[in-house]
Amino acid sequence: MPGRVAIIGVGCTPARATTPYQSFKELMFEAAQRAYLDAGLEAHEIESFVTCAEDLNEGLSIFDEYTPDQLGAVQKPMHTLAQDGLHGIADAVMQIQSGLVEVVAVEAHSKASNIRTPDWILDYAVDPVWNRPLGFNPHALAGLEMNHFLHETGITSDQCAHVTAKNRTNALRNPLAAYPARLSPEDVARSPVAFHPLREIEMAQTADGCVVVVLASDDRARTREVKSPPVWVRGVGFANDSPTLESRDWLRAEYCRIAAQMAYRQAGIHNPAREIHLFEVDDTYAYKELQHLVALGVYSRPGEAGRAAATGGTRPHGETPVNVSGGALGMGSTLEATGLYRVAELVAQLRGQAGPRQLPRVKLGLAQSWRGVPTTSGAVVILGAE
Amino acid sequence: MGMRRVAVVGAGITKFMRRALETPKELAWLASKAALDSAGMSLDQIQGVVHGTAPDAFDGLHMKGEYLSDGSGGWKKPYLRCYVGGGTGVYAIAQGWFHVASGLFDTALVVCEEKMSTCLPHPQAAFLTIFDNITEQPLKPNLLWIFALEQNRYMARHGITVEEIARVSVKNKHNALGHPSAQLGAELTVKDVLASEIMAWPVHRLMVSPTSDGAAAVVLVAEDVAKTLTDQPIWVQGVGWCLDSTYWTNRDLYYPEYVEKAAWMAYKMAGIREPRKEINIAEPYDPFAYKELHHLEGLQLAPKGQAPKLLADGVFDRDGDLPVCPSGGLLGVGNPIAAAGTMKICELFWQLRGEAGARQVPGKPRRGVAQAWGDLMQVGTVVVMGTEQPA
Repeated sequence: MPGRVAIIGVGCTPARATTPYQSFKELMFEAAQRAYLDAGLEAHEIESFVTCAEDLNEGLSIFDEYTPDQLGAVQKPMHTLAQDGLHGIADAVMQIQSGLVEVVAVEAHSKASNIRTPDWILDYAVDPVWNRPLGFNPHALAGLEMNHFLHETGITSDQCAHVTAKNRTNALRNPLAAYPARLSPEDVARSPVAFHPLREIEMAQTADGCVVVVLASDDRARTREVKSPPVWVRGVGFANDSPTLESRDWLRAEYCRIAAQMAYRQAGIHNPAREIHLFEVDDTYAYKELQHLVALGVYSRPGEAGRAAATGGTRPHGETPVNVSGGALGMGSTLEATGLYRVAELVAQLRGQAGPRQLPRVKLGLAQSWRGVPTTSGAVVILGAE
Repeated sequence: MGMRRVAVVGAGITKFMRRALETPKELAWLASKAALDSAGMSLDQIQGVVHGTAPDAFDGLHMKGEYLSDGSGGWKKPYLRCYVGGGTGVYAIAQGWFHVASGLFDTALVVCEEKMSTCLPHPQAAFLTIFDNITEQPLKPNLLWIFALEQNRYMARHGITVEEIARVSVKNKHNALGHPSAQLGAELTVKDVLASEIMAWPVHRLMVSPTSDGAAAVVLVAEDVAKTLTDQPIWVQGVGWCLDSTYWTNRDLYYPEYVEKAAWMAYKMAGIREPRKEINIAEPYDPFAYKELHHLEGLQLAPKGQAPKLLADGVFDRDGDLPVCPSGGLLGVGNPIAAAGTMKICELFWQLRGEAGARQVPGKPRRGVAQAWGDLMQVGTVVVMGTEQPA
């Protein structure tokens, strides 16, 4: 990559099912304070800010209006990306590599508990002419896609059950997680179906929370007085497939494959399964974890992903650890902040600060996000300790 | 500064109108296709797409950027939707600029689209949701009110009259007669403007830009690509943006400090020390007549409180010393929020290439500035473009 960029600070509030004790501004303030302290910087030293938000999730139009004061961004460059937090990381990397600025803060949050009718809000994301009049719950799209995915790949519903059991169990070791639970694959398999063949327990539940990440140029990362160990951005990628249900690829996560190719090219990665030590991939619906691992090139044949999940290959001490944090199933789906919670996990692991979740010999990790139904929008970030 | 140089090599625009028959996706694609055609490029040659569009509430769409992605050309490609309210149309160029300047992309398509007419009975209602839902929304504010407040403050502080402000509408609506995309070009007099209905004192109907449907797009490429495409690239010389505090009611609205900061960010990058001498054309944001003058002061192109006088002296006419909104601006061409800002970028591109036809300003302009504004009297976005390759 031209011009190295480092993550020098991360601050999170714990993801929680509801946060009646804090407004969204207070969540942002808390995460920002933690991130700036971690980076060893004062707010005024940050030159540019990015917030990742969608108006209808906030219940406010033009959301960046409500960001500057609590982030220390008053009269500074700040803009919204109506994208996931990982797109925000890519945005910050580009700002720094262009030579425009040296330090950028990326913010994303969720106050999902304020949304009274989340499925109706999501319905407004469905094509208003062709699809919305059909009157289905948008999560049904995930059921349809899962059905096609299982049928085409030979992966079984029982193999998918292992994903939920693993991620919820992993979350028991993560104090930031909202939905830890000791679950067995049998517990999952016995639970009720929501959108055939997708079970309700296989759908990530929303949570509130905020993450702020501070990125800096190579020079700036090294010349701070207080130093947290920098974590290097080795590659970023993002892409969209077709937004139209009728013309997209329902089997392969094309957005993820294209984004990964872009990031691998920058990081010089040819064999992701061997070269990357830890994957934090989107698991908004359990089967998505497997579909995304295939699109990332971790498994050359889809069937291998299903077998690996069932035989423990993706557990924390398996061959390819996936979602040690607990993923969205364990931590909660935090709207646009979902990707940044994964970045927070990678940073903790790469710095050796992941406590009871710490994996040995982690040098390179990958975070991947997807913006949920009905979109085909995803991003990939690769982080390294060196 | 050692930055990778970025050029605009193509621009395209749809007609701006009150009620377009095209869907939002179609509008975005018409502008994208026109920009690609003018650059002599195909969509395959575009590595990344930057999209800009303002509140989702207009279209009744959640994740509007995702919905518009294929219409904008962002299919199986890196695609981003950036967003700073009304400032989006100019900010998107800055976003496209650092896509290319970073070295991650060699080519980027920037397309901004807005379809306000689907919001019934009038998009003004959707604007209620931009206000704080605890302290402001219960008062049922609308944009006319807050602009009236700001215009009043600007006039009171400097002793400016409504007649002086009305001249902006006269000039811009006249200029728009030469623009094939224009919605509201007209020959008017100051008297006509003042005879129009008072919406919220001191704002008259003819001092307000219309609600519009439309799209505009530009193609940005790296220096080495530009040289293979055209011998008339227009260079992005500077970009700047700045967001002020949420608490707009606690600020003195007579002067936009955030525009000044954004302008100096862009000017510094462009190596401009004396903006009034070094800039040949300005396209400041004019959703309301006084806004053009207010923004010219923020852009350092007129001393505080002096813009109305320079306007009356003809300095800002198309054949004046500093042509301002030769396109016809938002008052004349129309105001499909995000697309209106990009329309100003398109205008600079055509003016600097000498391709503006009936709107061409005399004297071979070499450098222009475009600016947009948005949020709660809060954000300034600035782009400087010129015929000379940046150092």
